Amino acid sequence: MKIAISINSSEMDDKMDMRFGRAKKFMIYDTETKTNELIDNAQNLNAAQGAGIQSAQNVINTGADAVITGHTGPKAYKLLSESRVKIYHSEEKPVKDVIADFIAGTLKEADSPDVEGHWA
Amino acid sequence: MIIAVASGKGGTGKTSVSVSLAKALAESNKRISLLDCDVEEPNAHLLLECREISRSEFNIKIPSLDLSHCSGCGKCAEICEFNCIAIVKERAVIFPDLCHSCGGCSLVCPEKCIKETDSKTGKILEYNAGKIHLVQGILDIGKAMAPPLIREVKKMAREEIVLIDCPPGTSCPMVSAVGGADYVILVTEPTPFGLHDMTLAVETLRKMKMNFYVIINRADSGDDRVEKYCTSENIEVIMRIKESIDAARAYSKGIPLYDALPEFKQYFILNSNKIISRAGEFK
Repeated sequence: MKIAISINSSEMDDKMDMRFGRAKKFMIYDTETKTNELIDNAQNLNAAQGAGIQSAQNVINTGADAVITGHTGPKAYKLLSESRVKIYHSEEKPVKDVIADFIAGTLKEADSPDVEGHWA
Repeated sequence: MIIAVASGKGGTGKTSVSVSLAKALAESNKRISLLDCDVEEPNAHLLLECREISRSEFNIKIPSLDLSHCSGCGKCAEICEFNCIAIVKERAVIFPDLCHSCGGCSLVCPEKCIKETDSKTGKILEYNAGKIHLVQGILDIGKAMAPPLIREVKKMAREEIVLIDCPPGTSCPMVSAVGGADYVILVTEPTPFGLHDMTLAVETLRKMKMNFYVIINRADSGDDRVEKYCTSENIEVIMRIKESIDAARAYSKGIPLYDALPEFKQYFILNSNKIISRAGEFK
């Protein structure tokens, strides 16, 4: 299973990025091979709008089965759930702990967006 | 001539000043189009005795998608500068509330499955208030795209003197409202917030290479930092309006500064000529 985690730094000991749309990168972690690859999301850092939509598109394009991030808004949530990408909201923790939580099954799957859209 | 009244900070008195200037100019037999471009909360009509003469709906173009032909090629998502389109399971998904109506997606779609359709975003009302012709844009609740409506309101100016009551802030709505004016009047108040937001407006107008003056409202309250800033930046303060509890009381009843006190009426009539002649200097 491939999981996408929103990150700022590629170090496993550094904390994840709580933001989904404005995360600098995503770590795509493969739970079977225990390997990861990084995908760039930096073009969204300065996007005037629609960062959540484009981040969701980036994650969907990687073929990830799940996303772990701090928060998701309504548009990113809609795209990810329509693509059957599972969404998990985590507390702010080091990336390695977030992965451990996911494998241990202690993260709860989100059944709705947890923040408002910025244009609502 | 076109004079835009803007501020930076909200609540500094843009509408009070615009309406009072319009009334002062009307008093000297001039005809004025007053454009209320603060389309998220237009309120100039509350300060004028006016009669509605026309009302029309305002639509913008947004894409509508015929999914049966969509191949999921992604050309629409690629051209969209505003990140409104994603491709999910080989189908386009469009979020029209972020759309800026550029029409790019419908032009590039090879399957011709994106059409531009009308979407109501607001309305435009016109009023007669004696020699003042008031045009008011009202953005529908929940809509974010103010600039197209503001541009449409500006097209309806019909008199020789045009006063534009702008939205506060320095983002797209303010830029759309001040654009094309001969000069801008920045209304501020002598408070830290008034100064801070005015400096943002000054930076914006300088970037737009626009001429501007400052009016300090409630000038004898607060502190002298706005005055000092204007001196150091070589910005002329063309009016200083006194703080007055009577003016505040009158405003709460829908009476503009101009009618609140005889001395305000005199002050606006005196300065309205100066304000008109300044516009000529930039021609």
